Amino acid sequence: MSAALVRQSEAPLLQVEGLTTSIRVGGAWRDAVREVSFTVAGRETVALVGESGCGKSLTALSIMGLLAAKVGRVSAGRITVDGVDMVAASERQREAMRGDRVAMIFQEPMTSLNPVLTIGFQIGEALERHRGMSRKAARARAIELLERVRVPSAKARIDAYPHQFSGGMRQRVMIAMALACEPRVLIADEPTTALDVTIQAQVLALLAELQREVGLAILLITHNLGVVASVADRVLVMYGGDVVENAPVRSFFARPTHPYSEGLLKAMPRVDSAGELVAIPGHVPTLPDMPDGCRFQARCPLRIERCTERPPLAPLRADPAHEVRCWVRAS
Amino acid sequence: MLGFILKRLLLAIPTLVAVLTVVFVLVRVVPGDPTLVILGDQASGQARADLRAKLGIDRPIVVQYADFLGQVATGDLGRSLATNRPILDDVAHVLPYTIELTLAAIVIGVAIGVPLGVLAARRRDGVADWFARIVSLLGVSFPAFVSGILLLIVFAVQLRWFPVISTPRTSSVGDRLGSLVLPALNLGLLMVAYVTRVTRSGMLKALGEDYVRTARAKGMGGRVVVWRHALRNVLIPIVTVVGLYLGALIGNAVLTEIVFNRPGLGKLIVTALNQRDYNLLQGLMVVAAFGIILANVLTDITYGLVDPRVTAR
Repeated sequence: MSAALVRQSEAPLLQVEGLTTSIRVGGAWRDAVREVSFTVAGRETVALVGESGCGKSLTALSIMGLLAAKVGRVSAGRITVDGVDMVAASERQREAMRGDRVAMIFQEPMTSLNPVLTIGFQIGEALERHRGMSRKAARARAIELLERVRVPSAKARIDAYPHQFSGGMRQRVMIAMALACEPRVLIADEPTTALDVTIQAQVLALLAELQREVGLAILLITHNLGVVASVADRVLVMYGGDVVENAPVRSFFARPTHPYSEGLLKAMPRVDSAGELVAIPGHVPTLPDMPDGCRFQARCPLRIERCTERPPLAPLRADPAHEVRCWVRAS
Repeated sequence: MLGFILKRLLLAIPTLVAVLTVVFVLVRVVPGDPTLVILGDQASGQARADLRAKLGIDRPIVVQYADFLGQVATGDLGRSLATNRPILDDVAHVLPYTIELTLAAIVIGVAIGVPLGVLAARRRDGVADWFARIVSLLGVSFPAFVSGILLLIVFAVQLRWFPVISTPRTSSVGDRLGSLVLPALNLGLLMVAYVTRVTRSGMLKALGEDYVRTARAKGMGGRVVVWRHALRNVLIPIVTVVGLYLGALIGNAVLTEIVFNRPGLGKLIVTALNQRDYNLLQGLMVVAAFGIILANVLTDITYGLVDPRVTAR
């Protein structure tokens, strides 16, 4: 292991600074994630919120180094996982990090598991790869992991195939797989979206419990504000590749400040108010049509002339931990 | 798994009966009178009637059908009209040649086609991909008699690496393998073409699947992802194509056997056709049908081995 992989324990476990990710659309490279910065410490959960196509998943894939080289690349910024610079690292070094110190669980537990390999093998594989365990030892550890994520009769089901599991159980298998090597950072991309509501709550509770136990830093990607309210410590709202609001979860729900965040919250059904749901008018522009300046300007009720100039992500005077990218609201 | 195999075997029986029926009908609706073939057009009506009685083809069609099924069930394929030898003996004599040729063609097809298809998918639109496309295009578009003759001219006549004419079964193993290489390559080219295509397209799809991303997220390297995670899922279409084109292989085996002057089922079929030996033809069709149905059963069983979801159904 090279010197670059030596851990610096003081730093937050996940640090993203000025991350810009470009994707190729019709032959031209366009920035789909623009100068995104945030940190996640141990035992902390940061939620990345936004509509489909806002750049949440691209941010996650950039951190993991899983962008397909022909269509996506990190064009600027630094990503540090547990002290290791993932952008500067070679592909071999990134491979050594993935599944070991940074792991990821995906939205679709139905398709994210390999249908022709036993789940025991799929869980144990990372242990063989990163811990040099024998197949037998990895299998034994896989049984413990399955028990840990509360898959019933783990011993009997270790040699079963994914199609023999329900959606919720498969997501538990995914979690067991991701946590096999005790990573420091976990990226959960819509981990509960494909699940029934009751199962969602169980899976979230399990994640929170495992986080407390091993001190995981969790980056939770979701479009479900209910999930954010129940598990996150900090919220980042993304729109069109920009972080438009960055706030501790309490102040976000108390004072959603960016017009887009306000719109998101108004569009969320609530039990305690009889008010109507308000949709945000218009739709997210596609990348080639993305306006210069504030990317929300076309749909924004507060639009002023200055919005054609890109606003900075600026702290609120009343609450410096609460940042917003808006000319109108930041002043 | 054992129950699954048993089920597949039982399901093959009705297919077999249906195929036998078709063969029986086919042979009887083909124009031409077998007695004319055997006795020539100078024979008297009496002699031809006698021969009909002897062959049993003067009996009601239903009786003939029942008789035919009964014979096949006991492994008796009747006697050749031309030589009066038991057909089963003739078949048993040439079958090993055909089996060794077909197996060798499949081995070549898989051994070359799978790696080529994988490489083509990994380097999409690269040199390897173009090479693979050209190879599979040549494989499917070159008639077996043309490629066979080309192979003979280059490797047997010019380079003298392999014998021009196949050696008899009695010769040494080395000689027999040597004389198998060119015909197997000729027949295998078709298999290479099909297997390369299906592997390439299957791999392109598999490499875009979520489970491949999961494997990469676990830190698996490119080689493990490709060969363990993706290729395993492509085995099903590969097995399908091998099973499916076994039939086409038999067709091309006829041409290959003629070009390379090898004994085999294909050559026997041509002989039977030339001599209007309907009995022999019927027997050969039964054998071919058996072969193809057996191949289908084996394909199904292989599905069960490569895809855990199949046996569960």
